[in-house]
Amino acid sequence: MIATLLAALIIFMLLVGAFFVFLGGFSLVKLSSFFHRIHGPTKASTLGVGSILFASVIYHTTYGSGLHPRELLITLFLFMTAPVSAHLMSRAALSLMDGRPDDPSVTPDPEAHIRDDADEIAEQRARDHERPHVE
Amino acid sequence: MINAAILFAMVVVGSAMLFSLTRLIKGPSAPDRILALDTLYVSTIAELILFGMFLDSSLYFEIALVIAMLGFFGTVVLSKYVIRRDIVE
Repeated sequence: MIATLLAALIIFMLLVGAFFVFLGGFSLVKLSSFFHRIHGPTKASTLGVGSILFASVIYHTTYGSGLHPRELLITLFLFMTAPVSAHLMSRAALSLMDGRPDDPSVTPDPEAHIRDDADEIAEQRARDHERPHVE
Repeated sequence: MINAAILFAMVVVGSAMLFSLTRLIKGPSAPDRILALDTLYVSTIAELILFGMFLDSSLYFEIALVIAMLGFFGTVVLSKYVIRRDIVE
């Protein structure tokens, strides 16, 4: 009875975790701008990995070689580092944004253009075009 | 039954990794690529944990822990590089 309940709990946590990790990956492809995209992986994927690790803890205590505190360590580490890395990545995107307001109390437009590959190529072309003229 | 669920979860997490790989290749900006790498290592941790459950081995937790730490430092360093280059210019 208890073994069946534990198996059902493991399967449920695995399905929930796989769904949220999939959601995090799919939002990277589906959403339109960087500041929309950053929400998917940093929230959904972290929750998904958390529930997969929880399922793994139950699995290894029930069927495997006993409880491993390292799994809980991975969960703790991921839940601590995900907000920090999300904050740094959005600051990186903010520093590459066009028309960023100087006043920090003004909210920037999340759909604003971020300097991308096309801009890099255009600048490279302009430099190559300019160089013989300068010499 | 549990083995089937683990296999299904591995396939789903693998397709999530493919999605983040397309974003890593397509870009178009540098923070997008950093975010795609971050997603890729988080889903790699999930995939490794599932693989460890599938093989019934506890060897893969160390690998997942190392990937979690190095991936976090990689994300921080890449973001810092993007931020500071802009400040110097």
